[in-house]
Amino acid sequence: MSETQTLPRTGALLSVENVETYYGNIRALSGVSVHADAGEIVTLIGANGAGKSTLMMTIFGMPRARKGRVMFAGQDITQLPTHEIARLRIAQSPEGRRIFPRMTVQENLQMGASLDNLEFYDEDVRKVFDLFPRLKERINQRGGTLSGGEQQMLAIGRALMARPRLLLLDEPSLGLAPLIIKHIFEAIKELNKSTGLTVFLVEQNAFGALKLADRGYVMVNGIVTMSGSSKDLLANPEVRAAYLEGGRH
Amino acid sequence: MADIQSSGQDSVYVKAAREAVITGIIAFGLFFLVIGFRTDQNINNELVLAQRWGLLAIFVAVAAIGRFIFAAFITPSREQAKLAKSKVPAAAKIDRRSLKATVSRFGLALLFTYPFVVILILALIQFAVTGQWSFQSGVQGSLKYVDNFGIQILIYVMLAWGLNIVVGLAGLLDLGYVAFYAVGAYSYALLSAHFGLSFWLLLPMAGIFAATWGIVLGFPVLRLRGDYLAIVTLAFGEIIRLVLINWTVVTKGTFGISGIAKATLFGIPFTPGPTGFAAMFGLPNSGVYYKIFLYYLILFLALLTAWVTIRLRRMPIGRAWEALREDEIACRSLGINTTTTKLTAFATGAMFGGFAGSFFAARQGFVSPESFVFLESAIILAIVVLGGMGSLIGIAIAAAVMIGGTELLRELEFLKLIFGNDFTPELYRMLLFGLAMIVVMVWKPRGFVGNREPSAFLHERKMISSEFTKEGHG
Repeated sequence: MSETQTLPRTGALLSVENVETYYGNIRALSGVSVHADAGEIVTLIGANGAGKSTLMMTIFGMPRARKGRVMFAGQDITQLPTHEIARLRIAQSPEGRRIFPRMTVQENLQMGASLDNLEFYDEDVRKVFDLFPRLKERINQRGGTLSGGEQQMLAIGRALMARPRLLLLDEPSLGLAPLIIKHIFEAIKELNKSTGLTVFLVEQNAFGALKLADRGYVMVNGIVTMSGSSKDLLANPEVRAAYLEGGRH
Repeated sequence: MADIQSSGQDSVYVKAAREAVITGIIAFGLFFLVIGFRTDQNINNELVLAQRWGLLAIFVAVAAIGRFIFAAFITPSREQAKLAKSKVPAAAKIDRRSLKATVSRFGLALLFTYPFVVILILALIQFAVTGQWSFQSGVQGSLKYVDNFGIQILIYVMLAWGLNIVVGLAGLLDLGYVAFYAVGAYSYALLSAHFGLSFWLLLPMAGIFAATWGIVLGFPVLRLRGDYLAIVTLAFGEIIRLVLINWTVVTKGTFGISGIAKATLFGIPFTPGPTGFAAMFGLPNSGVYYKIFLYYLILFLALLTAWVTIRLRRMPIGRAWEALREDEIACRSLGINTTTTKLTAFATGAMFGGFAGSFFAARQGFVSPESFVFLESAIILAIVVLGGMGSLIGIAIAAAVMIGGTELLRELEFLKLIFGNDFTPELYRMLLFGLAMIVVMVWKPRGFVGNREPSAFLHERKMISSEFTKEGHG
């Protein structure tokens, strides 16, 4: 019992159309189509190894899609070099955060702002600090010495410094205490509401993600098996059985 | 710790003595065959076994005594220092920072006056010994110190600072750095010999040539990192050296190129003739002026390297280098073009290698492929690692200790009294080099100055508390 997949839409900010991605000979994504309209929070949920992070990295061209295409704001970015993709104002907080451990919080944020050569740095850094006051306390501290939650805040903050049109978040809740997860999710919601930022959120924490998002996709073994509004997915017995029951706190 | 305190000071010595005996036995086992016996040829060309029990005893004794001192005194005092350190108040730390500034200012002043300080000290010694004030003898005697110590160390400081851009900042492990040094040296040697161009024109050209070769090396290794990159750069260094050896038509192979023109000071040559430097300034003829001139030249070049490095670190490209060292994938997804970032790192590092190379050629007056063997790359890299990757001060200290130390070994004639007349301290250079590296790596695994100095720093810690209250008003 699977719902119909949404067809590729032309008006979407981001649309991934029938993408297939391989690691060597192993197919990680088989014909995945997802989209995100401007101003939406869209989430992609699924178990370990379903291909969620692969989809996120495929949008960035690391690895590149072998079939299908990735469109951003009407432009085909499937074959674009990764840094060119980032310059279209797609920012990500990647899996494992990937902050720069020996650089300070400030330098990490500066790296995020390097697209504009720090032109809006002062203005943007204030916004990031409003969102995550903890980062301001830690401004001169090395990234590697921050706690897990602070590192996650830094990764998101660094992505925001790039003034993104689309923010990709890969498991921002991974390994964090429930209170910090709540804080981070609230921050994402706040951003989306106040600035209309489009967010594409990859999560294992299905309940939290679906509560936050407008729409959701469910991915199993490299295939999107279900999609729909968050409310529908939360009510769906199959989703409940697979991802929510027992996982809800 | 607890065990030491409970059973008193005595047990420390007993324990140390036991450790010393064990160390002695191990050393005996290790050196018994290696040091204890030696195969010699006698007058009939036969191999005979010579026994060197005395030397063996010295080795074993050094090991045992060293272990004893370490276990009895150094370890306990370090434990105490650690305890004391945890109690140091914040005020002492601030004190240390201002002390650091004073030391570095003093160091810089010493660098600028070094040749004259040496001359003065030597003249004073001369005065103390003979009772005659003779400035000129100080000038003559300073030659060795300015040349062997000053210039030699500064060349390596500059090379290591240049390599630091590639290895320390961008994190690209380069084992063939000496290739760029060679390119710089040969481009000055060949172009000045064939076209008679001056040093000042060829210095930047040598830098440009080396930078070009840096990019040439950079392209094929763009996708490599770590050990793979190291091997390819090592091969590159060897290729350049082998080309220099085998392309005899141009490079004269292993014979090298001799009679390379000296550098001039605004067109004033350092020659004994009437147009020379000494004659123009009414000074007595001496080779020292050229050495002092070279000292300031390499000092200037090295400081230029440092200045450029410091400036670049605060610019987008320098930040990109450091971010590249930390995480390449994150860099790319922040919109940084890693290709150009890597190539600029290779090119910039290579350029300074090229500058140093052309200086080397002008100083030596002779270049041959033998000066550009892998060992040189290894030494330069060792200096960068020992000093602490990315730290200019640490690297300068490491260069001074390593190069100065090996030069100092030539001076240790008195060791012949202990080890006999056959003993040549220079031959133990590499042994000590290795030993020093092990010691430093045990003592400070990240090099002399292992802490990375942030390129941006906010001094407004106090303001946070008030701003912090605004939380939630976003």
